[in-house]
Amino acid sequence: MVTNVRLLVGTAKGGWILDSDAARRKWTVSAPICFGQSVNHMVADPREPSRVVAAAKAGHLGPTIFVSVDGGRKWKEASKPPAFDKPEEGSGLSVDHVFWLTPGHRSEPGVWWAGTSPPGLFRSEDHGATWTGVDGLNKNPMRPQWCGGEGPPGGARMHSILIDPRDARHMYFGMSLGGVFETMDGGASWAPLNKGCEIDYIPGPPPEFGHDPHCVRLHPLAPDRLYQQNHCGIYRMDRPTGEWTRIGRKIPKKTGDIGFPMTLHPRDPETCWVFPMDGTSVWPRTSPGGKPAVYVTRNGGKSWIRQDKGLPPDNAWFTVFRQAMTCDARKPAGLYFGTTSGEIWASRDEGESWKRIAEHLPRIQSLEIG
Amino acid sequence: MIVYIPGPLRSYTRERSQVEAEGATLGAVLADLDRRFPGIRFRMIDEQDRIREHIKLFVGHDQTKDLNTETGLAREIHIVCALSGGRR
Repeated sequence: MVTNVRLLVGTAKGGWILDSDAARRKWTVSAPICFGQSVNHMVADPREPSRVVAAAKAGHLGPTIFVSVDGGRKWKEASKPPAFDKPEEGSGLSVDHVFWLTPGHRSEPGVWWAGTSPPGLFRSEDHGATWTGVDGLNKNPMRPQWCGGEGPPGGARMHSILIDPRDARHMYFGMSLGGVFETMDGGASWAPLNKGCEIDYIPGPPPEFGHDPHCVRLHPLAPDRLYQQNHCGIYRMDRPTGEWTRIGRKIPKKTGDIGFPMTLHPRDPETCWVFPMDGTSVWPRTSPGGKPAVYVTRNGGKSWIRQDKGLPPDNAWFTVFRQAMTCDARKPAGLYFGTTSGEIWASRDEGESWKRIAEHLPRIQSLEIG
Repeated sequence: MIVYIPGPLRSYTRERSQVEAEGATLGAVLADLDRRFPGIRFRMIDEQDRIREHIKLFVGHDQTKDLNTETGLAREIHIVCALSGGRR
């Protein structure tokens, strides 16, 4: 059965929902959601797609979570949003914003995970209505060292919360200037997983942690295959090995393998797409040379193909954030990315050609399939 | 006493700009406010009981950064959203 595609768009000034026709040629844009608030992530629950959770923060107000049970028409605020515990002595951390949302394992209906800035991990067991800190990370005696860096503009973030579809207790996350971490016990304990990852911004031999993953992905059909877009290149890991291999070197040097987002093919673990950005000199974070392009590998990173047909050939200084590129499950798969200049570009043929489907939106921070 | 609610927080008070809340200290008034309008306090006060950066609180006409400030004879609390918090 052919189904329409729904895109959940998080922007600096609210959320929007785009709905396609069956051919994915025509798109309608909803009224704004949480208008005026910064929506960092808006995610539908694959176990119950009418449920949508959004992470929001207004300019004056603290961070919160909104939950919809009707596909985004009506929203209710979480009664207990993610918040760090208050220590008995001294001062504790406070959540600046919720950055990342991940629906829980199939075997745990109602469970969601949230990653915050400053980095913290939170869990909900009631579809996002109330949240509790994960002590195994938030109170881990190593946390101050793991999260030691100041992080990027906007603050250090927890992101890329990944769950092994075979085992709800086996998870990963990525953390700005912390690296990738893994748990085998549902979050009670964590260990760094950064061996093989380059780190060119500090002197000395490679450390155990302190790396800067931008986006980490796990293929649901091949959960032993991990991909990572890092501050220092593109990597792949095949478990049970615990070592990353840089696979982005085959992208031409003038483009480079630095970027924020990465998205995986829904059926082929050998295929993934990235959106290279200029990570040279002062880090403009824009399309290298003002020539935006997606790069795809069809063989796990052995080679890469440039995909820019339909994209502006010149003078287009796109920035695409880590949550702002996604892929639908249709055949052929549809690819989508959103820019900080408020445009959404779509491909109905796995990146072979591109068409702009929305413009004039605020800065796009996330894009997910609804 | 009367608590004056700024625009960004009126989604909690059913769009009312003035509501009632009671308490001997500013913190107690905000706790009472949160009982009447659940969730409103956390948007103003973080989990470490710090007033959020762009929120200013007045007991009567006197600004305070201390939740232990006694309300005394004051008959009103003003919650003000600072211009510094406007989103770019």
